[in-house]
This record gives sequence, structure tokens and C-alpha cells, in this order.
Amino acid sequence: MRGMTPPVLDVHGLSRTFRLRSGPVHAVRGIDLAAERGEILGVLGPNGAGKTTTVRMLATLLPPSGGRAVVASHDLLADPGAVRARIGYVAQSGGLDPNCPVGEELVTQGRMHRLSRAASRVRAAELAADLDLEDLLERPTAALSGGQRRRLEIALGLVNHPEVLFLDEPTTGLDPGSRADLWDLVRRVRHDHGTTVLLTTHYLDEADALADRLVVVDAGEVVAEGTPAGLKDRHGAATLQDAFLAITGRATDTPATV
Amino acid sequence: MNRLLADTGVIFGRSMRQTLRSKTALTFGMLQPLLFLALMGPLLAKVDLRTGGSSWQAFVPGLLVQLSLLGGMFVGMGILVERHVGVIDRMRVTPLHPAAPLLGRTLRDVVQLVVQSALLVLLGLAFGLRAPVAGVLLGFVFVGLLSAALALLSYGLAMNVKTTPEFAAIANTTVLPMMLLAGLLLPMTLAPGWLDGVSRAVPFRYTVDAMRHLYLGEYADTTVLTGLAVTVGLTVVALWGGLALFRRSGRTP
Repeated sequence: MRGMTPPVLDVHGLSRTFRLRSGPVHAVRGIDLAAERGEILGVLGPNGAGKTTTVRMLATLLPPSGGRAVVASHDLLADPGAVRARIGYVAQSGGLDPNCPVGEELVTQGRMHRLSRAASRVRAAELAADLDLEDLLERPTAALSGGQRRRLEIALGLVNHPEVLFLDEPTTGLDPGSRADLWDLVRRVRHDHGTTVLLTTHYLDEADALADRLVVVDAGEVVAEGTPAGLKDRHGAATLQDAFLAITGRATDTPATV
Repeated sequence: MNRLLADTGVIFGRSMRQTLRSKTALTFGMLQPLLFLALMGPLLAKVDLRTGGSSWQAFVPGLLVQLSLLGGMFVGMGILVERHVGVIDRMRVTPLHPAAPLLGRTLRDVVQLVVQSALLVLLGLAFGLRAPVAGVLLGFVFVGLLSAALALLSYGLAMNVKTTPEFAAIANTTVLPMMLLAGLLLPMTLAPGWLDGVSRAVPFRYTVDAMRHLYLGEYADTTVLTGLAVTVGLTVVALWGGLALFRRSGRTP
């Protein structure tokens, strides 16, 4: 299948250097990535590997220092506006106004995507029904549980029917039940809408359970790539944890299982 | 251009709803000038401030400029919170015009501060202020322009500092000398020559002087026209600066 359709996400040599007073920091050093329509691509790596910087570049929030990328079939550097219209981005911090009611956040997000007032309301109602937020519409976002918050944040990311959905560390801080629910939700979004999902994680079990394909990054570089099963086979490892150890020489800094 | 207007409208609506939800912020913002009006204004009732007219005609315009100055300068606190929780980033990953998050919020601040000013003037009437209606209404134009200028600069600053205390320190140390030097509470007509001279370097001085003339029923003298020119000039510079600072913050993490 690969190579038959142009990839929705195609990244070559993407890099980012931060110039700090203490000297340059090479956060991302020439990353290559590709994902096809409907693929769940996991970017796995320890904290500080450059995962968030990579996602922020691909989501048009941070200009790359080098490299090029096609995101949602549009050139990231030449046409960031077209990219923004076709992606969803859920930051680790979420981006919710704590005092704003759930329903209003959803409608406003539609308006920011230039839907009419009426169309925004329709889309908000659709998403609320789809993501099980209907009973929470009047509630301020600060009163939501961790799992409910994440569902709302993902709903906001889906308002514009994105071709690519970026999820940065989507389950950090969630309890095991909410994590499992969120995995189901991500699979369902891909299944129902053919959305390409790029998610970053430092949880090996999450990468194993959710991603069709993994890119392992360490110190700003891709150090391995493949399906979870392929990575285990290649390194003669029984678990992804062992494979990760073989690849990077160390464990991720958080337990693989919760 | 139409896009920019429509997008600014969306952010204005969102910001206005935020404001209306937080009733505490609305009252607290007004508290300080209200206290000055009620607890300091009466002290001046029999004092000749050498501005012509009653002391209320000099004092209330000063309080209105103080309200714009304090209210405008600290709006950045709100965007700092939103920036830290990722609301600004979420807006930036939409097709929204990049200037709309700044302009929509600023427009909300202008509306809020003009409404608060109107309430303050009404209370002033109860205390003994008498001024021509046209002058009072024209005064609100100055309040609106000044509020816009300060809000734009405040947001620009807030988007480029690292922490909230850093922002508060910069805002506080700028506002107090400005307030005193502009002659907001007591006019510079009472000042010795050197202080009057220094005060001419502060743009708000011209705004408040112009408003005091408006409250005396003088609508087109040099003071009013100079005040208008300086206030419009400040707003244009602040618009340019605010937009540049806002854009800059999008290029750095």
C-alpha cells in the first residue's frame, strides 16, 4: 500500500535549533516522517527527545530551522494557512478556558474555523453527541474530570473534520480507565473518518496498543522506525520495552505499564 | 479585510462573554477610581485647581484617564493565563486571522472601559460634577482611544514575558510614575516649573488636559486638538507595536 497514494504527512530533514544565551540547543536534528491516510503514527521517545517541538512545527506554531514538510497534503512552509484549515492540534496543556462552558467552547471553535453561527452550533451538537459530552455542555471546563477534558479537547481538534490530528502526549496524567477510553476514541476517529493521527507518547504500552507504526526519537533524531511487532522482532525483544532499551540503551523515564 | 473584521468579531464575542461571566473582575477594575471619586473628590471640592471651572470638572477627567491607564495596562494578565494554558496556541492553529486574537480582545477592553467610565461619570454627577453633555461624550472618545492603546501594548508585553510576576513588575513600575507625572489626580497647573516640564514628556498629560477642557465646554482649542493628536498618535504607535509584539511571540516558543 505504501507509496501508492501521496502521503498525507511527508516530512524531510525537519530541524529546529533554539538560540539561547547559553548557546544553541538542537532540539530537533533532521527528522523524516511519513504517514498515509487513516494511519495512526506514534512518535515515541523520552521527555526532551524533541517530540513536542516536532509537533509544534508540524502544526504551524513554530517555524522550522530547516527541512520541509507536507502536512494534510499542503506545503507547511509555503501555505501554512491551508495546513491550519485541515489539521487538528491538541496540545499537552489542552488549551481550555477554565471558566468557559463546554458547549460554548465547541461553538466558538467552529466560529474560529469560519463556520457560520448556525453551522457551528450544528457541528458542536454533532461532536457533543459523538464524544459523549452532551450532559456536560453547561459545565465550565474547570469542573471536568481529566478524561472528560481530554474528550473535549479532542472534540475541539475535530471541529473542522481534519485530515491530520496531532495529539501531544494525550494520556499523560489520566487514570487507567480514562486512558483505555481515549485509546478507543482515537481508534474510532480513525475508523469513522479516515483521519490520520500523529500522537506523541513516552508510554510504551500506549505506543504498542495504539500505533500502526512507530517512529522512535531520541535527542532530536529518529533512531528507529517500524511497526510495534517489527521493532520487537528486529531486536529479538519480547516487549516494546526491551526493544526500546536495545535501540536507545535506556528505558523511557516512566513505567511502561500503569 | 472582511476576514479580519469577521474574525475580530468572533474573538470580541468570546472575550465579551468571558468578561460578563467574571463579575468580580468588572467590579474590582472599577473599585480604585470609585474610591478616589468618593474619598478624595470631596477633599478637593473647595480647592482651586487653577483649571477654570469646578474641581470636579478637573478631577473626574483625571479619574477616567486613570481608569483607562490602570485598566488597559493590566489586561495582559488575562492573556498571560490563556497563553500558559494553551488557548492562544489553539487559536493560532485555526485559519483565524493572526491579528484577530489581539484586536478582538482589545475591542472588548475598549467597550468595558468606556462603560465603566460612563458609570463613573454618573456617580460623579451625584457628587456634584456639572459638565456639558457634548464634552462628556467627546471625553469618552479619548477614553476609548487611550484604552485601546494601553491594552494593545499590555497584550504585546504579556505575550513576550516569561512569567506573570515579570509582567506585573514591568506594568506596575511603568504605571505609577506615568499616573503621577500626567497630573491625573491633581493637575499640573499646580506644579512647579520643572515638574510641569517633565510632565510634558508623558503623553497622557495631553489626553487629560484635553479632557479637562472638554468638560469646560471648550471643544476646539489648541489643548483639545493637541490632546487628540497625541492620543491618536499613541494609539497608532501602540497598534503597530502591539501587532509586532504579538507576531513576534508566535515565532518564539
